[in-house]
Amino acid sequence: MFVGYYLFSNLQANLDKQGIATGFGFLNQPAGFPILIHLIEYTEANTYGRAFVVALINTFVISLLGIVLATIIGVIMGLARLSNNWLIARLATVYVETLRNIPLLLQMFFWYFAVLSALPGPKNSIIFGDFLMNNRGIYSPNPQFQNGFGFVVFGFFVGVAAAIALIVWAKRRQTRTGIWFPAYWASLGTIVAITFLSLVLSGFPVEFDLPELGRFNIVGGMVLTPEFVAVLIALSTYTSSFIAEIVRAGIQSVNWGQTEASRSLGLPDGLTQRLIVLPQALRVIIPPLTSQFLNLAKNSSLGAAIAYPELVSVVMGTTSGQTGQSIETIGLCMLVYGSLSLTISLFMNWYNKKMSLTER
Amino acid sequence: MTKIFKASPSLPPPVNSVGPVAWIRQNLVSTPFNTALTLISLYILYLLVPPVISWAIINATWDGESKADCTAGGACWAFIRVRFDQFMYGRYPLEEYWRINLGCILLIVLIGMYAIKVVNKTILTTFILIAYPVIAYLLFAGGLLGLEQVETELWGGLFLTVLLGIIGIIASFPLGVLLALGRRSNMPIVKSVCIIFIETIRAVPLITILFMASVMIPLFLPDGLNFNKMLRVLIGITLFSAAYMAEVIRGGLQAIPKGQYEAADAMGLTYWQSMLLVILPQALKLVIPGIVNTFIALFKDTTLVYIVGMFDLLGMIQLASHSPKWLGTTIEGYAFSGFLYWIICFSMSRYSMTVERKLETGHKRN
Repeated sequence: MFVGYYLFSNLQANLDKQGIATGFGFLNQPAGFPILIHLIEYTEANTYGRAFVVALINTFVISLLGIVLATIIGVIMGLARLSNNWLIARLATVYVETLRNIPLLLQMFFWYFAVLSALPGPKNSIIFGDFLMNNRGIYSPNPQFQNGFGFVVFGFFVGVAAAIALIVWAKRRQTRTGIWFPAYWASLGTIVAITFLSLVLSGFPVEFDLPELGRFNIVGGMVLTPEFVAVLIALSTYTSSFIAEIVRAGIQSVNWGQTEASRSLGLPDGLTQRLIVLPQALRVIIPPLTSQFLNLAKNSSLGAAIAYPELVSVVMGTTSGQTGQSIETIGLCMLVYGSLSLTISLFMNWYNKKMSLTER
Repeated sequence: MTKIFKASPSLPPPVNSVGPVAWIRQNLVSTPFNTALTLISLYILYLLVPPVISWAIINATWDGESKADCTAGGACWAFIRVRFDQFMYGRYPLEEYWRINLGCILLIVLIGMYAIKVVNKTILTTFILIAYPVIAYLLFAGGLLGLEQVETELWGGLFLTVLLGIIGIIASFPLGVLLALGRRSNMPIVKSVCIIFIETIRAVPLITILFMASVMIPLFLPDGLNFNKMLRVLIGITLFSAAYMAEVIRGGLQAIPKGQYEAADAMGLTYWQSMLLVILPQALKLVIPGIVNTFIALFKDTTLVYIVGMFDLLGMIQLASHSPKWLGTTIEGYAFSGFLYWIICFSMSRYSMTVERKLETGHKRN
């Protein structure tokens, strides 16, 4: 108690001396610094609060995309390590052992300073069809939604609803009659078909703004900045190497007897994997996978080192530096990461429960 | 004239079932899909390996004074050669390098003494953990016995990386054990303090902890009292990995059957005796892989000190490869430092596998 009081009185004395007001009032003051990547409207005249929201969205976007990409690459690499093909298994091992033993920050610097900065300037952009690549980013066609695009969105949701109905119907019929129906492929087809149909019916209400070489820079199109690309590649490949190991360990943990039993029942290899091995492997895979997702979300803060405007760099870097409100900004960041961690672990716990063994 | 039956020598197995041919058939081209995968991998290797070799070895430049001397079009290893000392020692004064070397040699000799068994193990461990750090600090920082003082700001390069790693590992381990025991304690206050500490630290990225250590600690201290940045960063790193260590060790504690705790109690051992003599030795052995993984993560995380303005190995590489003389040598720098990190982390993971096998006392079926 006494120690706490002592520390607190020191804190107050120090803050008074530096003339820093406490509290979150600074969030309403104009920020006065630009943020290069913003998904919602943001200018220098906006408040620190707005800057905070922009940074928050940037962190969310990179974490979410990173998680999706890392899972896809990780599962592929994990399966590749178990492949019968000697060459594929060795290549996957090299991939995993290389990436997970090199610090993430180093990998991020590598992608940013060594690869993306080394691309040619805008004048000599590398061109793939409608895509341009240079040291200022990757440019792609930017879809411009015209009037009537709402109809297509509506069509997409109708497609999703129809697909869900189809899956429910197929499941019921299978429990009733035992007749199997390829529901997942069919539902995917339904979504694509209905969306496409609504596109045709509304007369393609999308135009593409193509990137072109202007006099000094690329004009038009949509740009992925090098900071974003570097953080995304580094985060997803680094985490994928850990996920690959988790997937491999999970699949190896399923007793070989299960596979043999399934074969003796006459199930083909694909169904054995999907219905017997995978559901059992998932129970082992999910808990460590959750912590990898959490790690990825937390590691996105390293983007601060290459000026990707995520939470740490905007709030704890620029805002804290300009206002001196270090305690409040650090508190805000900890709160955000805390709730992000909590959300991911709650979701994964729910999924884990759904997948776990129902014991009698 | 009896005919003696003589078995003719057995025929060699068909060419297709042994030797390299069979191996290729089984492992590379067993099915059309497999064949396709093999071809794709070979193509990827063809795309990657020859350019890398020609860049790194054939067209590389080994001698030179600046980037301008590297004209062969390949890697500019001259950069690493010229700046090697800085990558190893940071901005430590040139004439004082011997102090770092001496400190390292001393540590290696001390560790080597475990192998030749001339000194009692307990005495040696106590010496390494208590006397050696004092000696090493005096040696590295100087200021006494006629040694010139070297500010910790000047410490850097691989020296700083290894220093942060080793101190972090040594300090976070006992702290992690205490936190893990605290979390399983029956005392509600101790338990909740430990839970809050562990969960808060694990919920936030290391970078926030480092910022906190370098920005917030000074705010909480009275005027005049201020300890240096390196110490603050070390506190941050140690607290961070102690929280992770605690969770790993808790896993081990939970895996010990209740009978062991009860047996220790029945023998009349006190809490600390039962923990130190019965529970922890078993629990720690179970979680060696997890502990080493935490160490590896800590070692990789030391790179983050660059963000709060310290020049570890990665920081020195950044500094050097962006200096005007050596612009455009980033890939060489990252390749070199990546290789060093890789060697250290990979050998740590292999070492943990060896230890695991050595300590295996047969709870598993072979």
